[in-house]
Amino acid sequence: MALAFSPDTERAFDRIVRRYPNLRAALIPTLFLADREFGYLSREAMEYVARRLELPPSWVLNTATFYTMLRKRPTGRNHIQVCVNVACYLRGADQLGDHLKKQLGIGFGEVTADGLFSLEGVQCLAACGTAPAMQVNDVYHEDMTIQKVDALIESLRLAPQTSGAATGQGGAR
Amino acid sequence: MIAIPANPGRGHLLRCGPGESILDISKHQAIGGFLALRKALSMQPAALIDEVKKASIRGRGGAGFPAGTKWSFLPKDNLKPRYLVINADEGEPGTFKDRYFLAQDPFALLEGIAISAFAIGAHTAFIYVRGEFVSEMRVLEEAIEQMRRAGALGRSVLGSTFALEIYVHPGAGAYVCGEESALLESIEGKPGRPRNRPPFPAVAGLWGCPTIINNVETMACVRLALQHGAEAFLAMGLPRDGGPKIYGLSGHVKRPGLFEAPLGLTLRTLIYDFGGGTLDDRPIKGIIPGGSSTPVLGPEALDTPMDFDSMKAAGSMLGTAATTVFTEGTCPVAVLVRIARFYAHESCGQCTPCREGTGWLERLVESIEHGTGRPGDADLLLSAANQILGNTICALGDAAALPVISFVNRFRDDFEAHITGQRCPYGAA
Ligand SMILES: Cc1cc2nc3c(=O)[nH]c(=O)nc-3n(C[C@H](O)[C@H](O)[C@H](O)COP(=O)(O)O)c2cc1C
Ligand code: FES
Repeated sequence: MALAFSPDTERAFDRIVRRYPNLRAALIPTLFLADREFGYLSREAMEYVARRLELPPSWVLNTATFYTMLRKRPTGRNHIQVCVNVACYLRGADQLGDHLKKQLGIGFGEVTADGLFSLEGVQCLAACGTAPAMQVNDVYHEDMTIQKVDALIESLRLAPQTSGAATGQGGAR
Repeated sequence: MIAIPANPGRGHLLRCGPGESILDISKHQAIGGFLALRKALSMQPAALIDEVKKASIRGRGGAGFPAGTKWSFLPKDNLKPRYLVINADEGEPGTFKDRYFLAQDPFALLEGIAISAFAIGAHTAFIYVRGEFVSEMRVLEEAIEQMRRAGALGRSVLGSTFALEIYVHPGAGAYVCGEESALLESIEGKPGRPRNRPPFPAVAGLWGCPTIINNVETMACVRLALQHGAEAFLAMGLPRDGGPKIYGLSGHVKRPGLFEAPLGLTLRTLIYDFGGGTLDDRPIKGIIPGGSSTPVLGPEALDTPMDFDSMKAAGSMLGTAATTVFTEGTCPVAVLVRIARFYAHESCGQCTPCREGTGWLERLVESIEHGTGRPGDADLLLSAANQILGNTICALGDAAALPVISFVNRFRDDFEAHITGQRCPYGAA
């Protein structure tokens, strides 16, 4: 099935392209729209963006692969990103990461079999004063402890199926 | 010097403490909002630039370059449109100050942008916000909309003949895009690879047009300097480093967070008075004073004033004034592993010394930490770092090399103990 933006995304796309003197500058914001709409940036999604912005597909690929937040493969519905940089390390980020790996049964870079969670070690989230910090999809969770992580996982497990998409996941804007 | 605020965390730049915010435009107006912008719009742009020069505002993005001087590099005879680009990439590890403005006090930033855009003759400003700041971007968009409705943006800013649009542009997870020329590439839709200079962005920046790039906090300083006048602003800091500063504190301290004080605050006051001292009152082992790229200091530096020149004289840099403290019992090699890994991951790969060198540094530090380092590895680290220093298009290479050199020099015994004992003596590996 051919990919296409929903009417809402179409309106957001219109607003974006109007800001810039050329279409290429709209590329990264548009890739975020596609990432949200299609779940991740498959080859088809990138080709669709290329068509919409009248750019060679190779330019789109070149840019998409440079940026870590533009997902080139699917993540879990709850993408848990644990900061592993210095300030968080000093405040117990490793223990937090190890605990999450154990609880979810996956390592960094992996997705649970049910597709509910994925885990990743990420660089400084600019929340060092409230370390250790992590981000689940778009939402920051700071001053974390093992207890708070357990409560968070529990609430994400219990959350209705649709909640992931509804809150605008994975680089939504 | 002004007195240190009785309630650190609140002052001229930090108008909100933790949990507080100014998200409604009327609240901003009620406490003097747009007075500075009105004043600016009544001035000649050249006089405005002079005022900013007089206030001696040094850029708050890390390098401390005087804002007024940068603005005066704009070519006078170029008829292309001019752009103002605000750096809200906030990527330097340890730094979390610009997020305050985006999330809690967006009008201080936006008013500073309007003043600066008028001064340099830009009718379009882009705020480049790191991609992770999704809710911050929403707050910012909402604040921009409120300003438009209040007539403080658009075709006629506050009834003047000056037109301005401000747009939010998302980053997408690349630290190097905080470097100003990589940031411009990124806005243009390209991979964020720093450009060769000259030409400097002031001459040929965004789409080849004259462009000024400034940090978020720099914009808030411009607003403050206009509101109170250059002299009053200068009096809040040091003669050469005008104004107050936002200091960040993280790591092994009792009260981490953001604090405002005049430039020239000592590390001791920051850590012990504002920060309440170290966790369990343990002695300090290392102080990274201004983001992870700034050379590590020890407890002997506690009385050094935190301003651009004094920190340089002490062998480090003020950077973003985001101080990370670690206490005795912390393995410095394990800390350096995190730092080296970061820069290796974030090198854009364009310059060979940086691409290859940062990978080398990462692998060497990791092997030392894991007990597989060989005699001579500490010196190898120093020479590998020195080969990157000064040999790259942008300062990311230096940012990767400087911490390595400073950690090895300061904690040499720790590195050697890992190598001779073939394990981490702290049990951190
Ligand atoms: C690798 C690298 C990363 C940088 N990251 C940032 C950043 O996240 N935010 C920032 O304001 N400046 C950053 N800078 C500095 C910018 O290049 C630039 O000097 C600054 O935005 C200018 O603003 P200012 O003069 O107001 O400080 C970075 C520089 C380098 C070399
Ligand atoms: S080190 Fe984790 S948020 Fe900065």
